[in-house]
Amino acid sequence: MTPDTLARLQAARAAGTPVALLTRLSDGAQRLFPEDAVPEALAEAARAALEADRAGPTASGDESWFVQPHNPPLRLVVVGAVHVAQHLAPLGAAMGFAVTVVDPRRAFATGERFPGVSLVHEWPDEALDALRPDARTAVVTLTHDPKLDDPALETALRSPCFYIGALGSKRTHAKRVERLREAGLGDDAIARIAAPVGLDIGAVTAPEIALSVIAQVVARRRGR
Amino acid sequence: MSEDILGTAEHWLRAGERVALATVVETWGSSPRPAGSMLAVTEGGRMEGSVSGGCIEGAVAEVAREVMREGTPRLLDFGISDEQAWEVGLACGGKLKVFVERLG
Repeated sequence: MTPDTLARLQAARAAGTPVALLTRLSDGAQRLFPEDAVPEALAEAARAALEADRAGPTASGDESWFVQPHNPPLRLVVVGAVHVAQHLAPLGAAMGFAVTVVDPRRAFATGERFPGVSLVHEWPDEALDALRPDARTAVVTLTHDPKLDDPALETALRSPCFYIGALGSKRTHAKRVERLREAGLGDDAIARIAAPVGLDIGAVTAPEIALSVIAQVVARRRGR
Repeated sequence: MSEDILGTAEHWLRAGERVALATVVETWGSSPRPAGSMLAVTEGGRMEGSVSGGCIEGAVAEVAREVMREGTPRLLDFGISDEQAWEVGLACGGKLKVFVERLG
């Protein structure tokens, strides 16, 4: 990889711009999609690789190429700067997620409790509106407090995010479902919420609950 | 991202090391790491990332040192058969192609 290609690739990644690196396998010649002009067959392969977030070989005429998509990281938005969130944030980062913790309660959402994590002190619905969850975003609410969790869930449910999880017992969730129905959300939408949140691994401690949540997020991400 | 292999490789490069990048291009059967998986190697022997479950990293690193000296990229086949030039097979029975290039 030439210094120029490496610099341009790293600049695109730093800017959060989706790019695909195309490599001709016979001699290592490289192109960056969409910055560089490429034959339509390669452009199509690059678009498909970015869309599926999957690398693989492709052909252009009788040449063999390799397509490596570089999408911006998946995002994990955690509502509630609580104890479980302190363990979920580093687990999410380890799984490759850019983690944002939302909590208007500044005493909870501190840099000391969440070193290196992006913190947002807005009210959750405003925060979620600004963050614009997309198909590469997971949203988890952990506050237990309907005043904070519900607005976040309502916004998340109106977005195409790939995962929505809400902490709380079955009873808590049943009450939550009633409130969301009253807020005008349909049963199909509400059924998107994973609750009680996390895979059933019998989690008890905060780190265990965080592990069960991130495992469920990964499972959903991988189509399980 | 915690696993920023390209970022680590670039950091090594800036520190004045020679670096090669190995990338899984294609897999067949039960290869442990999917296409796109990367392994960065320095001339001094530092390694970050992986292209298999640890079965072929040593062999790839050896080729990587040649590639970073000569500058010519190489496409390696693993697990095809013992008669092939690459005798390092995969215990899992998988097959894969790895592209090795000099970085920078």
